Amino acid sequence: MTTAPELPRTEDTFIELENVTLTYGRGEKQVTALGLTNLRVNQGDFVALVGPSGCGKSTILKLVTGLITATEGYVYVAGREVGATPIRVGMAFQNPTMLPWLTVRDNVMMPLKIVPPFRQEYRTKKKTEFRDRADALLKEVGLANFGDKHPWQLSGGMLQRASLCRALIHEPQLLLLDEPFGALDQFTREELWAVMQELWMKLKPTVLLVTHDLKEAGYLATRICVMRTRPGQIVDDAEVPFPRPRTIDMSYTPTFVSMTQRLRELIVSQRPVKETV
Amino acid sequence: MSPHARRKVWSAVLIVGFFVLWEALCWLFNVSDIIVPKPSQIISTLIARGPALWPHTLQTVYTTLVGFGFGILIGISLGVLIGSSKLAYDVAYPLLVGFASIPKVAVVPIFVLWFGSGTVPAVLTAMIMCIFPIVVNVATGLATTEPELEDVMRALRATKLDILWNVGLPRTMPFFFASLKVSVTLAFVGTVISETVASNRGIGNVMMIASSNFDVPLVFAGLMILAFLGVSLYAIFSLIEGRITGWAHRKDEFAMG
Repeated sequence: MTTAPELPRTEDTFIELENVTLTYGRGEKQVTALGLTNLRVNQGDFVALVGPSGCGKSTILKLVTGLITATEGYVYVAGREVGATPIRVGMAFQNPTMLPWLTVRDNVMMPLKIVPPFRQEYRTKKKTEFRDRADALLKEVGLANFGDKHPWQLSGGMLQRASLCRALIHEPQLLLLDEPFGALDQFTREELWAVMQELWMKLKPTVLLVTHDLKEAGYLATRICVMRTRPGQIVDDAEVPFPRPRTIDMSYTPTFVSMTQRLRELIVSQRPVKETV
Repeated sequence: MSPHARRKVWSAVLIVGFFVLWEALCWLFNVSDIIVPKPSQIISTLIARGPALWPHTLQTVYTTLVGFGFGILIGISLGVLIGSSKLAYDVAYPLLVGFASIPKVAVVPIFVLWFGSGTVPAVLTAMIMCIFPIVVNVATGLATTEPELEDVMRALRATKLDILWNVGLPRTMPFFFASLKVSVTLAFVGTVISETVASNRGIGNVMMIASSNFDVPLVFAGLMILAFLGVSLYAIFSLIEGRITGWAHRKDEFAMG
């Protein structure tokens, strides 16, 4: 069994999974969602998790937010066990999950209403500073005049842009993206990659991105971790050397293509062998 | 004329036509006042007896609204409690259905036994009539909140209360208002039942006494007042509903506002 080479622990280490396993259920029905996993992510890194479906990519995101607890091992965020240090987390999912009774702007401002230190100031600043901040962010993703609309009046791509705004408005230290571009058409997707890259370069949060799209991983990430299934485990961890800002054209260069080729072969080789009739 | 306005005109025509037909049939078959009075006669009774009927009308409205108010408070509290977790919902639902299926008329004598006749049993009857639709709707609305919506909040470390306030309750509003429209009419039923059985005030009491005096036009005048009050309250809550839960119907006017 090959295990991924580990990065040494440094001062910059922001997320650390130490010998983590996660199992659901008991006895016969027990399912190992995540086998023995070690992962270190540095502050300001953009790490993509790729792999076949059911390999525990989303499980890692949930562990890092503290939504679920590891069966064994430890999850450290910002130097202490997950949950101990309150850090600001932004999340975006494949489904934009906008609240239908709020305008797009109010949806985007929701984290400010919940997350300290903003929540204490929400009442006084919601019509001034916070509102301006939401509008500025919406403008940045190309939704300048849509703040007053309701979610059902927007297309899927527009909702996903708004969802990104919501994930970023409270200046999260950690951004968790669970296939946020998965349900979009190719052109919208590529456009949003550019938007995402720009926002990341400006705000520099630490990002974990779960994706099926190797081109997306190559375009956005500074590191790509390949996972295998049953049990879920990280089997490869590679830096992406291309300079920023990256462009779509770059993804057609021979080095980029050979990189995605290699990743693809890795993932395919990890796939459980199908029994032939 | 827009299709919407046309529907309204036809509704009005139907209502007026109903009374015209009623009047015509009474004339045609020479129906006695003791059996079914003519609409014209009911209206003249309303005008003639108006000053005497007014305090009773106020009493009925007052009783109904107080009962309805308590019903909303208790209904929401119970609904939130039961809808807050899947476990509570599954555990409490059978008991709730049991209570809901008791005919509310049957408990009026118990209230009279406890509180004597008058306003209190009427308020309580109105209240228990309207609690159950509210509880069931609020609980169902909360219990069926999409987990994805909650995940958004949980990722932000929102407390249970934050989630309830920002996701659960707003999402439940359409269910809640649907139940209010049903409840407000039920509250009237409750009030009138109780007034009929054990009170010396209110429209229900007036109708009871009038029918024992064979003053049938007055009985029908009471019915008219009740119908009018019921429709008015229903309309008020529809209006509030439209303003608050327009998002659920994807109304354009709501979007502009």
